[in-house]
Amino acid sequence: MAVGRPTHLRWVPRLMLAREEVVPIRGGTVRFRGLQAGVGEPLIFFHSFEGLAGWPEFLERLSGRYAVRAPLHPGVGGSEGVESLDDVVDLALAYDEWLTALGIDRCHLAGHFFGGMVAAEVAALCPSRVRRLALLSPMGLWLDGVPQADSVTLPPSELHPLLWKDPESPAAKAWATPPPSDEAKATAQIERIQRLAAMGKFVWPIPDKGLKKRLHRIVAPTLLVWGDSDRVNPVAYGEEFLRRLKRAELRILPGGHMLPYESSEATARALLDFLSAP
Amino acid sequence: MKICLFHLMPYRFLPDDFETRYRSVWVDVPHSLFNPQKCHLLYNEFLDELEHAERMGFDGLCVNEHHNNAYGLMPSPNLMAAALARRTSRAALVVLGDSLALYNPPLRVAEEFAMLDVISGGRLVAGFPVGTSMDTNFAYGITPTTLRERYYEAHDLVMQAWTRPEVFAFNGKYTQVRYVNIWPQPLQKPHPPVWIPGGGSVETWEWTARLDYVYCYLSYFGYKHGKKTMDGFWEAISRPGADDNPYRAGFLQLVGVSETDAQAERDYGPHVHYFYQKCLNVWEGFAEAPGYRTLRTLQSGARPQVGLAAKQIRQALTWKEYVEQGYIIAGSPGTVREQLSDCVEKLRVGHLMVLLQIGSLPKDLTLKNIELFGKEVLPHLRGVWPAAEDRWWPSGARPTFGGSPG
Repeated sequence: MAVGRPTHLRWVPRLMLAREEVVPIRGGTVRFRGLQAGVGEPLIFFHSFEGLAGWPEFLERLSGRYAVRAPLHPGVGGSEGVESLDDVVDLALAYDEWLTALGIDRCHLAGHFFGGMVAAEVAALCPSRVRRLALLSPMGLWLDGVPQADSVTLPPSELHPLLWKDPESPAAKAWATPPPSDEAKATAQIERIQRLAAMGKFVWPIPDKGLKKRLHRIVAPTLLVWGDSDRVNPVAYGEEFLRRLKRAELRILPGGHMLPYESSEATARALLDFLSAP
Repeated sequence: MKICLFHLMPYRFLPDDFETRYRSVWVDVPHSLFNPQKCHLLYNEFLDELEHAERMGFDGLCVNEHHNNAYGLMPSPNLMAAALARRTSRAALVVLGDSLALYNPPLRVAEEFAMLDVISGGRLVAGFPVGTSMDTNFAYGITPTTLRERYYEAHDLVMQAWTRPEVFAFNGKYTQVRYVNIWPQPLQKPHPPVWIPGGGSVETWEWTARLDYVYCYLSYFGYKHGKKTMDGFWEAISRPGADDNPYRAGFLQLVGVSETDAQAERDYGPHVHYFYQKCLNVWEGFAEAPGYRTLRTLQSGARPQVGLAAKQIRQALTWKEYVEQGYIIAGSPGTVREQLSDCVEKLRVGHLMVLLQIGSLPKDLTLKNIELFGKEVLPHLRGVWPAAEDRWWPSGARPTFGGSPG
């Protein structure tokens, strides 16, 4: 069975432009591990269930103008303490404490799918912290008529055609290529299970965990970015977020659910335009 | 040794092309395939079969809990045990069991088990499974990574509700009750024997040993494959200092007894195939939700009993291979006696559970299997483990017990 490369286990910067950072909070109960690169206003990017190994190209592009930090969610790739976090509000408050520990007062927030939900939760719980909010195909709402793909449950072989607009693209192929040895395969499989379990904890079995009651608290200008061929999280969710947010715009770009990975340049450009707007 | 009849109560009428047309027998199996009129007959056949087993000398009758599936039609095993409590008088009622994390509050389990124990005159075995991922995470929506924590907390609440003499408050993470005080209390003291069915989790073994419970390995691969797991179990429980009393272990095995080995193939062949190919046809995505197994168990190399890899191992098997590899012990009474003795001795099992209604096996053949097993096999196995003491058998389930509770 084809299994994706370990996405976050070896978060090794491809160009060695990003460096690792470990930040404990709550007396060490929760430890955030992540990467950072660039200088400028702080920009936080929260990852989702699936991604690509290394420092992704779109973050590299953003780090040309911002001090980008990409923390790993607790339970993923060396970040610890997921067992102490009860729900997504608890997780968002942990990120609030993480920002405090880093000495960051106000910042831009961005996130993809699960990470988009986390970014929206932080922005709703701590509205004055957030300058601008960029949500890439965010999770967090539920529409009975348009169910999201059960992406935590789908085996990689069935998930693959849903994730990518072009399953034959280099990024899609890289995602689906299993590691060379049996041992590396087994390790990758366990890493994937742990990664999905850690994030799945906050959204199982349906990701409607109260965000809809908190979205009105968000004051930051918000950009919603969607791939026109998002088969995991249909664009109807973008329209629903748009209805519920005060100052939001929706941009639809050519691409699938993995937009930031398969359309790195367009995604980075959309974010840069939005973040630098007066 | 104690020998129990285990019944899954499968839906016997899945279409011939079920496993190619539908991805899963569990979770999203369409209920357009379910015929309630046929199921009315099935439930009554299944109860007849269990009752017949008591007449044939079986020590216990096992029922269990599953949801959203055609593999086992018992969302509530307690209902079946209640029916059996009134129609039997001697056999242990082994409910294997109630998936604790699915009850809110779990006191419901403490209450219903106490009712069963009192109605049956102390014949209840209280089984507490964690539950399969299909049942717990997918059918009942429990978050995979919290399942075990919920389970352990629910267990503590139930045991306290049965054993603490006073009315007390329970301040749990998942259940808060200001006044815990269940009526009725179980008849057996300090509480009914506890059996923990499992699929091979390292943590469960150690926990079972620490609390002095029975561990039941419900294998879908038969006794030859099960040997490795049971060896792991005996080794794991020796570390916290548990002895090797064979009654600490239960094991489930498919068995088919006929007049001859050749007749066994004719009687049971198609139905065993139905069981392995249709009843265990679980979609890979439902086999184990991420987080269902702990990291330690994943690292121990434990593999899911259902799903793609398990399906690939089982799908091309012939009758000869089912038999040779121990998926089923089948043949003449002599053949079955010999192999079952070998099985229980090698696995060191004091509580043997046999599945005699298998897949689509109809009632007449099931009764034949029960009868031949009861008359020709069971008496020869009774004497295994003469020196061991069964401290996990319900006090009301003696062969002589027949009166009403005083």
